[in-house]
Amino acid sequence: MASKIRTQEQATGWLLLLPAVLLLLLVFAYPIGRAFWLSLFTENLGTNLQPVFSGVSNYGRMAVDSRFWQSIWNTSLFTALALTLELVIGMAIALLLNQSFKGRGIVRTVAILPWALPTALIALTWAWIFNDQFGVWNDILLRLGIIQNPVNWLGEPTLALLATVAADVWKTTPFVSILLLAGLQAISEDLYEAHAIDGASPWQSFRRITLPLLLPQILIAMLFRFAQSFGIFDLVQVMTGGGPAGSTEMVSLYIYATVMRYLDFGYGAALVVVTFVILIIAVAIAALVINRLQKNSA
Amino acid sequence: MASSKPTAQNSISMRTILLAIAVILLVVFSLGPMLWQLLTSIKVNEDISAVPNVYIPTRYTAQHYLELFQRRPFLRYMLNSAFVAIVSTALCLLLGAPAAYVLARLRVPGERIVMGVVLVVSLFPYILLFLGLLEIIRVLGLGNNYLALIIPYTAINLPLTILVMRSFFQQLPKDLEDSAKVDGYSIVQMLLKIVLPMTLPALVTTGILTFIFAWNEFIFALTFITKEQMKTIPVAASQLGGASVFEIPYGPLAAATVLGTLPLVLLVLFFQRKIIQGLTSGAVKG
Repeated sequence: MASKIRTQEQATGWLLLLPAVLLLLLVFAYPIGRAFWLSLFTENLGTNLQPVFSGVSNYGRMAVDSRFWQSIWNTSLFTALALTLELVIGMAIALLLNQSFKGRGIVRTVAILPWALPTALIALTWAWIFNDQFGVWNDILLRLGIIQNPVNWLGEPTLALLATVAADVWKTTPFVSILLLAGLQAISEDLYEAHAIDGASPWQSFRRITLPLLLPQILIAMLFRFAQSFGIFDLVQVMTGGGPAGSTEMVSLYIYATVMRYLDFGYGAALVVVTFVILIIAVAIAALVINRLQKNSA
Repeated sequence: MASSKPTAQNSISMRTILLAIAVILLVVFSLGPMLWQLLTSIKVNEDISAVPNVYIPTRYTAQHYLELFQRRPFLRYMLNSAFVAIVSTALCLLLGAPAAYVLARLRVPGERIVMGVVLVVSLFPYILLFLGLLEIIRVLGLGNNYLALIIPYTAINLPLTILVMRSFFQQLPKDLEDSAKVDGYSIVQMLLKIVLPMTLPALVTTGILTFIFAWNEFIFALTFITKEQMKTIPVAASQLGGASVFEIPYGPLAAATVLGTLPLVLLVLFFQRKIIQGLTSGAVKG
């Protein structure tokens, strides 16, 4: 009798799960699996867009494709710079928002605002801020006497990359602060008081109490940020289109151009596969570390 | 004792000053760029292209906004975005909430695998998906059909929905459900009559987040919708051009940014607490 109810419960359970699982398979699993399969074919204008089996030749081509390696380098540089700044600034904002002061609620609201806004529109905003002729950033720097002549921020390779990093930091730092703030609020005041009685300075308490206890939140925030940043598309596509001279062409922009502009579906699929594998490896390593930490603290 | 008191007061006021400076910096950092867009959108063209920049204009204009509605179907873009975001949010809650309940409460075979899949796919950037989805959409003839956005948007928001709702269900006291079971309710009846009413706040939290993600999505909207009348705000705004490549319409671009962000600014103003709560319980993408 009890086991019959239990089987029934399981059947209902799976029935309720099924639509969600099927949709996830359709939109996530199928495209990835399909990319693996398609990457073994040449399907481009040269083959009249018909798939012709070509083994691993797409991967061979990738190994000597300097534009691909350039895009991987650009993406890695972008990710490293953005994540570092987001962690440092995000931590500072989280510590600030964890203080008690008048109007904290409204300041929190203001602080999460950038995160909620559409990335494509943020890209337009920052392209306008960094405009070489009329941009407000040049205007501020000129007024302060930091530069003597307007700088072409989006027209110089290194500066353009830094400009996209700045826009990304503005947009996604709030996300990091929110996760860190939740972690900070879970740390007991008593720990700090006991430490202060022992004569520790605030900086020492931060290093010995805050950082170790916050490590899981830091890692989770960085894991999400890494995955999103490595696949960054809209911000850079709208802000610079990958230019100048390919200096901001991220791997996602290269994939998009390969498929949509050059109609090279087989090679585009191979690029998707490699990006996917890089991501999965990074995620697996991060998950292992997070798991370890949680076991140690438990 | 007498000499230590003033120093304590001094250090308190130092702390207050530093705190105030930090708060002002944070507010300027967070609001500055959007305020600049707002100001640009109501300046006349001569002031927009004035060097050095005009910070306090003497003339204002609504021309850039009018242009968006007169020369472009901007109202249509807004409605497209709203329609796609609302429908996909509703579908997402409809499919995600029951799934989350099952994963939180029932012991079904394979639930660990499902949870693993949900956690991993929540990390996938959309660039990895668009090629495969493009093929599906071509085969089904769904190009320039709102379904080409609604279905992917529902799916990309499912992991978040499941994670947030599941953590909510886990915190719900189990007694009510147990007594409902004793009273002979089936699982579906119990979900509808007992669990659902208690779940409304969590559904609102989750719905706000999924709405934001759907409203903001770019790459699918760019790829699957090419008909002008059907475009969503982020894509339409990013494609605003002038009469020639040399003439960039800074005013209308700024106005489009203001209009496209306005619904989200309102959401954040009213639901700040819920957004933070949802983000931390789902630990979602940034």
